[in-house]
Amino acid sequence: MQRFSIIILAAIVGLMAHVAVAGTLDDVRGKGFIQCGVSQGVPGFSNPDEQGNWSGIDVDVCRAVAAAIWGDASKVKYTPLTAKERFTALQSSEIDVLSRNTTWTLVRDTALGLDFAGVNYYDGQGFMVRKDLGVSSASELGGASVCVNIGTTTELNMADFFRSNSMDYEPVVFEKTDEVVAAYDSGRCDVYTTDRSALAANRVKLADPDAHIILPETISKEPLGPVVRHGDNQWGDIVRWSLYAMLEAEEYGVNSGNVDDLKTNSNNPVIKRLLGVEGDTGESLGLSNDWAYSIIKQVGNYAESYNRNVGPDTPVGLSRGVNALWKDGGIQYPMPVR
Amino acid sequence: MGREGKNPQTTLSAVWNNPAIRALVVQALVLIGVVLLGIYLVDNTLANMKARGIASGFEFLGRTAGFSIATHLIDYEEANTYGRAFLVGLLNTLLVSVVGIVFATVLGFTIGVARLSNNWLISRLATLYIEIIRNVPLLLQLFFWYFAVLRNLPGPKASIDFYGVVFLNKRGLFTPNPVFGPEIVWSGISLLVAIGFIVCLAYWSRRRRDRRGHSLPVTTISIVILTGVPVMSLWFTDFPIIWELPVLKGFNFRGGTTIIPELVALTLALSLYTASFIAEVVRAGILSVNRGQSEAAYALGLHRTLTLRLVVIPQALRVIIPPLTNQYLNLTKNSSLAAAIAYPDLVLVFAGTTLMQTGQAVEIIAITMSVYLTLSLAIAAGMNLYNRHIALVER
Repeated sequence: MQRFSIIILAAIVGLMAHVAVAGTLDDVRGKGFIQCGVSQGVPGFSNPDEQGNWSGIDVDVCRAVAAAIWGDASKVKYTPLTAKERFTALQSSEIDVLSRNTTWTLVRDTALGLDFAGVNYYDGQGFMVRKDLGVSSASELGGASVCVNIGTTTELNMADFFRSNSMDYEPVVFEKTDEVVAAYDSGRCDVYTTDRSALAANRVKLADPDAHIILPETISKEPLGPVVRHGDNQWGDIVRWSLYAMLEAEEYGVNSGNVDDLKTNSNNPVIKRLLGVEGDTGESLGLSNDWAYSIIKQVGNYAESYNRNVGPDTPVGLSRGVNALWKDGGIQYPMPVR
Repeated sequence: MGREGKNPQTTLSAVWNNPAIRALVVQALVLIGVVLLGIYLVDNTLANMKARGIASGFEFLGRTAGFSIATHLIDYEEANTYGRAFLVGLLNTLLVSVVGIVFATVLGFTIGVARLSNNWLISRLATLYIEIIRNVPLLLQLFFWYFAVLRNLPGPKASIDFYGVVFLNKRGLFTPNPVFGPEIVWSGISLLVAIGFIVCLAYWSRRRRDRRGHSLPVTTISIVILTGVPVMSLWFTDFPIIWELPVLKGFNFRGGTTIIPELVALTLALSLYTASFIAEVVRAGILSVNRGQSEAAYALGLHRTLTLRLVVIPQALRVIIPPLTNQYLNLTKNSSLAAAIAYPDLVLVFAGTTLMQTGQAVEIIAITMSVYLTLSLAIAAGMNLYNRHIALVER
């Protein structure tokens, strides 16, 4: 039971000996895999298939880190977590990195003792309603029953939105995403609210996906990204630059198909540095110099990961929008790998 | 220690050989050990949390909560504090526990007695109920009532309508809400007077029975007085009650009182489940009363109902109360399953939303655990008091 597990996690924080906070890289090297905290199933972000293989853009962040460390993206073990359990699991060292469509906020970054290592998806909160309600704007939702997941920024954004628009509403709060979706689908609520990407992903699970629309308003900023424990800067750097390497690779046209070719034949110094032919970026991170090469070879660049998991050709069907690279009109802007 | 030792060593061994002192020393040592362990745990937790930069302390209870709660017994809005949200959650837990305990007790006693019935059909039905309900996990029953039964009600626009006053749909049961005028005070006073009169009447009637051997129909008189007096006073004050009716407005019904389906499902599941255990407790209690007791009562000319009420039940209660207390404790603790079906109880509101928004897992889990501990101890204390009251007085 979840309640039970969170008690255990809280107890672990209590029972742990005074261990140094640093040293996640050594820990991870010692045990030979990364323990990655993911969702309990959000298609496109982190979702298991019938064989229990996880995929999604959040999963790809963990795989990229494993590829950077060992040159083997498969050295990841996954811990499915509810929104409620996730931070305690990270604080208590149950997991090494949390990659679970988690919004970067000040309180989480500070009071929870965590650090955000970047943003792998810029999202915003939206509302989904039945088409036959005839609602076309979120400002018409006064008095509605709203289904929402517990332990998310969503809950508070929703309260702020209704409060600032002087509308009342009835919150129906569930612990698991599947219960929220089931409750909305059966008509317990008029509205389902969460991040727009998750609305699109979960619409696939509804009995009749075409009978529902996502309203045009975006009521919040939801920068989603991987999270590590505060204080272990080396580990934070590795996660951060693994993500940047995928974005940088897209920016310079490096993908899993042409990476071998470019490694030997490219004359572009940026690509040479990225792939470890020149420079010593790997050494600075405490990794081997071909760390980024391994990521691109095994996981792909950001565009490959995006299109494979959540892109327009997948059931989730999200266009790049603000998540396009800065030079294509989006806001994904990788820091230079040099 | 009346004797003086010849030298220190013999004194010491004499002291050590005294079982009372030895027991005291050992107990003191164990107590010190436990306290030290507790101090170590608290200190270690705080040190770990500090090392990891995790916030601690209880200041968060005074901060603005910012989230809304679907159903609250006291006034609550987003601008209130986490402390207030905690109270709302606690009251919701108490509400479902109290209502559940009342229903479970009534149903449990009925089924327990029914299982002992001489009527073949009734006793088999009671057995069937007990065997099915107590052998299916509570969480599944909760899901059954919530997802399978209550979800099949119509939507708000097609509500089941009871004379345009009470409405039932997927979103809950909507009933009128009384709004009282100031004159209602007189009805309240008259009700209190009526209650006082009935108490006196019952006392007088008992003394009269002791003296003359036959009693008044106190129950019937009480019902007449209890309904008659307030109705008369309402009539005199021109009925100062306005009923606020629920009206379908936009998405949902507005006005009136709403009983959300989560509360209904939780109460149903908890009371039906616990009733099956209480029924067995009651059956065991009744069977524990020697057959000779009821035979003696019949021989004295008491009929069946009176025998049960005056002879069997009072003796059975002594056996029933301690295990019944356990069932009450279970029901209260099981009410925390509410979180699975979105009923805003303490676990959902406080150990859920509040925990997530503040991130102070250690403090909040500690508070929540102590609340359940306190509730359980309070119920146990109350039941023990009652048990002592009805216990056989040895002479």
